[in-house]
Amino acid sequence: MSFFETVRSGLEAIATHRMRSGLTVLGILIGIAAVILTVGLGEGATASVNSAINSLGTNLLIVTPGSSSTGLVRGGAGSADTLTYANAQDLANKKDCPDIAGVAPQVSAFATLVAGSQNWTTTVYGSTTQWLSVRGRSIAEGSWFTPSQMSHAGNVVVLGQTTAQELGLTFNPIGQTVNIDNVPFTVIGVLNSSGSSSSAQNQDDLAVVPLTTAEEVTGSTTVSTIYLQAKSQSTLDAADQEATNLLLQLHGITNPTEADFTITSESSLVSTATSVDRTLTVLLGGIAAISLLVGGIGVMNIMLVSVTERVREIGLRKALGATPGVIRRQFLIEASTLGLAGGLAGAALGIIGAEVIPHFISNKISISGFATVGAVIVAVAIGIIFGVYPASRAARLAPIEALRSE
Amino acid sequence: MVAPGPQANSSSSHTGAPGAPLITGPATGLAGRQRTERPVIEFQNVWKTYQSAEPVYALRGVSIKIYAGEYLSIIGPSGSGKSTFMHILGCLDTPTSGRYLLAGSDVSKMDEEALAEVRNRRIGFVFQQFHLLPSLSAWRNVELPLLYAGVGRQERRARAMSALEQVGLANRSSHHPNQLSGGQQQRVAVARALVTEPDVVLADEPTGNLDSHASADVLSMFADMHKAGRTVVLITHENDVAAAAERIMRFRDGKFVDAEETAA
Ligand SMILES: Nc1ncnc2c1ncn2[C@@H]1O[C@H](COP(=O)(O)OP(=O)(O)O)[C@@H](O)[C@H]1O
Ligand SMILES: [Mg+2]
Repeated sequence: MSFFETVRSGLEAIATHRMRSGLTVLGILIGIAAVILTVGLGEGATASVNSAINSLGTNLLIVTPGSSSTGLVRGGAGSADTLTYANAQDLANKKDCPDIAGVAPQVSAFATLVAGSQNWTTTVYGSTTQWLSVRGRSIAEGSWFTPSQMSHAGNVVVLGQTTAQELGLTFNPIGQTVNIDNVPFTVIGVLNSSGSSSSAQNQDDLAVVPLTTAEEVTGSTTVSTIYLQAKSQSTLDAADQEATNLLLQLHGITNPTEADFTITSESSLVSTATSVDRTLTVLLGGIAAISLLVGGIGVMNIMLVSVTERVREIGLRKALGATPGVIRRQFLIEASTLGLAGGLAGAALGIIGAEVIPHFISNKISISGFATVGAVIVAVAIGIIFGVYPASRAARLAPIEALRSE
Repeated sequence: MVAPGPQANSSSSHTGAPGAPLITGPATGLAGRQRTERPVIEFQNVWKTYQSAEPVYALRGVSIKIYAGEYLSIIGPSGSGKSTFMHILGCLDTPTSGRYLLAGSDVSKMDEEALAEVRNRRIGFVFQQFHLLPSLSAWRNVELPLLYAGVGRQERRARAMSALEQVGLANRSSHHPNQLSGGQQQRVAVARALVTEPDVVLADEPTGNLDSHASADVLSMFADMHKAGRTVVLITHENDVAAAAERIMRFRDGKFVDAEETAA
């Protein structure tokens, strides 16, 4: 009997017992959809954390005041005022730090911005001309501040997309006046959207002024963060070392364990964040795998019922010349077809779920083609694995026992 | 070999055999041409024991030779072991002891695959309960043996249709068994037994579930098969059904008790 004929026989048997087959498929379908969605949730979380971290800029080192060994929680404001604009200027010196491509010191404060009748409270950053490239941002409209505006502490401001919208500056914002804590600033540019929507902090709701201007307003020369950009991924460690050495020297510290600053690399943030996600994914994936196992046991159960119920049919087929191999293949094909149907339907449900569910929860679900194809293959494998026992029972049935049963 | 029993003689009430029945052995009374040929089927002291709570000796030393082209009927009371005999004859079951030679080869030495092939190529079955698959139409039921013989779809359909035509059911080919009368279902089963053109057709109480009209139809088909040169073995407990055959063997308590020949 040809393979094609065997497949046809198997499909006919499934079609004959629609209800039962449907319920079996449902069991697998739920398992596969659960697997696809949990993996998708995990990948979605990883992807959004990665994009949030990447939105800080690429090949980034983040210098914050305070020692990491004191066990203090790293905060935006830092635990000590140890970093200054002067430190940042020294780090930009190519002789001591050849692997650092860009330096952007930064201060930040909440302030209320007023444009005409609109007002909006947001984070105002003070930084230097390199902020744009180090943080991986770009200008949508107008321009970034010039070295001259920087050195003259000009009252100029660049707005994020969201901030510009909230202030009603969507049309022709360049040249408009915005009051920041009652000091008038001229809008010279608007940033492009960062493209990272799910970051904890909205990267589009901000305003940036020259660091010199911020220092004048606050009267302080310390900075809260210095962003360093390494020349490439491969020189990240070298840049880290150069910055550490220079800052230790500038701060007059000989013992590196007593450092009054901390350098964090973007990649260490990513690995911390993803390891948390991975734990969650493994946990959820485990639950989904169990539901898949239950689906597989369902297949076995149904196939065993089917063998028992079809004892007469099997006996008759054997009496007419079906070999044990033919009977075994027919049942295996039935089982794997149920698996395939469950897998495909489960994949479809998973893909639909990935579109619909994010409308109700804040998480993103990213479905990968690899995981989907893998899940369908697993579903077929489950059909086969759990079909082997019932199929060999059917194959071993003595034709005479089968024909005698009424 | 087989001793004549007084009951066997007194119970033979059919009218076909003039004079005293000949009871000297299975081959007795057959034409000389058959005696010189090798038998297509030969049982040598076959026993079959079922191991239930206490062992059931269903066959107690069956010996018989059946020659190609014979029309043999086996008659005996219910529970005498006729079906057990037919199952072994049809390679659906194996003897507990003794030898069974089919066309000269020893069936008890064959494996499952070989037995399946023998059933498929050499034997056609007709059962009392028809044993049609309810989910398949008449012609799909008839084509089943050809499917396992590896015959192509076109040819299967053509041969199934011609077998249905032989039993007069060509116009019912796409009906399902539940849309057919008992007699029609048994004719479909006969078509299924014919479709592979087997050497031997085995029928176990084929008329047991049929009215007299349908019984006559089915019996005439066996007569046609016999005329076409096939070996037909018909099992029954009704004398008038057995009378249709060329040779009648009586079965009682797990073995043959006598042999008769009708005036065919
Ligand atoms: N699978 C079995 N297990 C135990 N006993 C059986 C089995 N099949 C048949 N028998 C017994 O063997 C004897 C012969 O049965 P069977 O061949 O069906 O007789 P018949 O067809 O002549 O009515 C009966 O006593 C029956 O109960
Ligand atoms: Mg019987």
